Amino acid sequence: MSSYKKIDTIIIKDVTHTYKTETGLLPVIKNLNMSVPENGFTAVVGPSGCGKSTLTKLISGLLQPDAGEVYLNGEKITTPRPTVGMAFQNPVLLEWRSIIKNVMLPLEIVPNKLNSLEKEQRAKQLLSLVGLEGFEEKKPSELSGGMRQRASLCRALVHKPEVLILDEPFGALDAFTREDLWQVMHNLRKEEPFTGILITHDLREAIFLADEVIVLSGRPASKQFFIKVPKFKTPKLESLYTSKSIDMLKNLRKQIEIAQNQQEQNK
Amino acid sequence: MRHILVPLYAIIIFLVLWELLVWVNEWPNYKMASPSDIWPAFWKFKVLFFQYGWDTLWRTVVGLFIAVLCGVFLGMIMGFSKVLREAIYPLLVGFNAIPKATVVPIIALMFVGQHDLNTVLIAFMISFFPIAVSVSIGLSTLEPEYRDILRSLGASKSLIFWKIALPKTLPEFFGALKVAVTLAFIGTNLMEIVSPHGRGLGALFDSGKTNSDYPLMFAVLIALALLGIGLYYVVVVLEKIFAGWAERSTD
Repeated sequence: MSSYKKIDTIIIKDVTHTYKTETGLLPVIKNLNMSVPENGFTAVVGPSGCGKSTLTKLISGLLQPDAGEVYLNGEKITTPRPTVGMAFQNPVLLEWRSIIKNVMLPLEIVPNKLNSLEKEQRAKQLLSLVGLEGFEEKKPSELSGGMRQRASLCRALVHKPEVLILDEPFGALDAFTREDLWQVMHNLRKEEPFTGILITHDLREAIFLADEVIVLSGRPASKQFFIKVPKFKTPKLESLYTSKSIDMLKNLRKQIEIAQNQQEQNK
Repeated sequence: MRHILVPLYAIIIFLVLWELLVWVNEWPNYKMASPSDIWPAFWKFKVLFFQYGWDTLWRTVVGLFIAVLCGVFLGMIMGFSKVLREAIYPLLVGFNAIPKATVVPIIALMFVGQHDLNTVLIAFMISFFPIAVSVSIGLSTLEPEYRDILRSLGASKSLIFWKIALPKTLPEFFGALKVAVTLAFIGTNLMEIVSPHGRGLGALFDSGKTNSDYPLMFAVLIALALLGIGLYYVVVVLEKIFAGWAERSTD
């Protein structure tokens, strides 16, 4: 790393991870290198079961790599740390808590100096940012799937994490709701800048939301291909239908096919 | 108002039909007592009914309380450790499969004359199993994402238990408690009926039998039903308070 360049927020260096199963060793990630600069947002795509979710666990410190290192802001990750926010495909809201109490959950665990009023204000501010104003006191069961996922995003961001990890957060939503939430993500990024990784199967989602898209090879995963996405000034869905976007999508699709074939052969 | 009146009418219709059945068949009261026989029988022994009713009640509640403590403890062990679950589960199933009526004389002989202890023991033994199973299933089926959300923030194991695992298991726990409360009640009465010179509604039932006082036996049955309903609804109220969030509105 050159000294004049600001250090990247997330650095994954030569990471290898292998699961021990009953039938033997299952290598899922091999010599993976990637990094995300401060306030950057990188999408990771790849064939199903190629180790994308393992990657999120390695970055959040829930798993330790067998070899290689993961750095957050220059610090090597060895245990889970409160500077990470996560959201999954399943919004995993606590059914017995109101929406606002769900959003405030990380503030009950992560050490902070906010008093209870400030915590509430922080949660309210985020909820209104994602369009959930007026739903603070509702229970999760009273909300639609898209709304629950919005609340889950707020919970992931409420403690101002250094890194936001999104593991297919919109995977279970219908197409139109998903597109609404893409806009919500752009809003959030504008108002609450974060450094993030997005795991997804949706290539349109990847190029619409991220600054860079990384294609992982089939298992064991390593970086096979990456593409920088030019930033749209005002992100609009129409931009996905320009010839430039379509070329990018075609290119990514081809790379996914290569990765899928490779994973088939490795079986 | 409707949810009070409808069950009330149902009870009245039930009593009238019962009375009619006995009257039409001209059954003597040793074959089947009619509702009109029951009130005098109750009134004759009203002091005993309250005394023994209280005995039955507190024994059941104490037995159930111990069952909750042991059941939750066993459930937690089995929910958190797969190895211990595999070790304990078959034992529990075997223990639960033994009809408790066969255990009653054994316990009665083991602690001769200690009616309170014996009764509480049977109430406990018959009712802890569903609690242990439901708590263990509740804990072991906790979706891993719930744990990951808290673990990724650096939460300790006990914090994860208090914030997520425990509240998430409460609906299952109360479901089991509704079964357990009825079972504990059965256990109490089993022991009271079998154990000689005992106290409690079961003993009153037994003395009705030995003295051929059939209306008394039926009066005890009604008293037991009322106590059972009371206990059950106490659990329902507790469930509403602590796990009301799990209720889906049906409209």
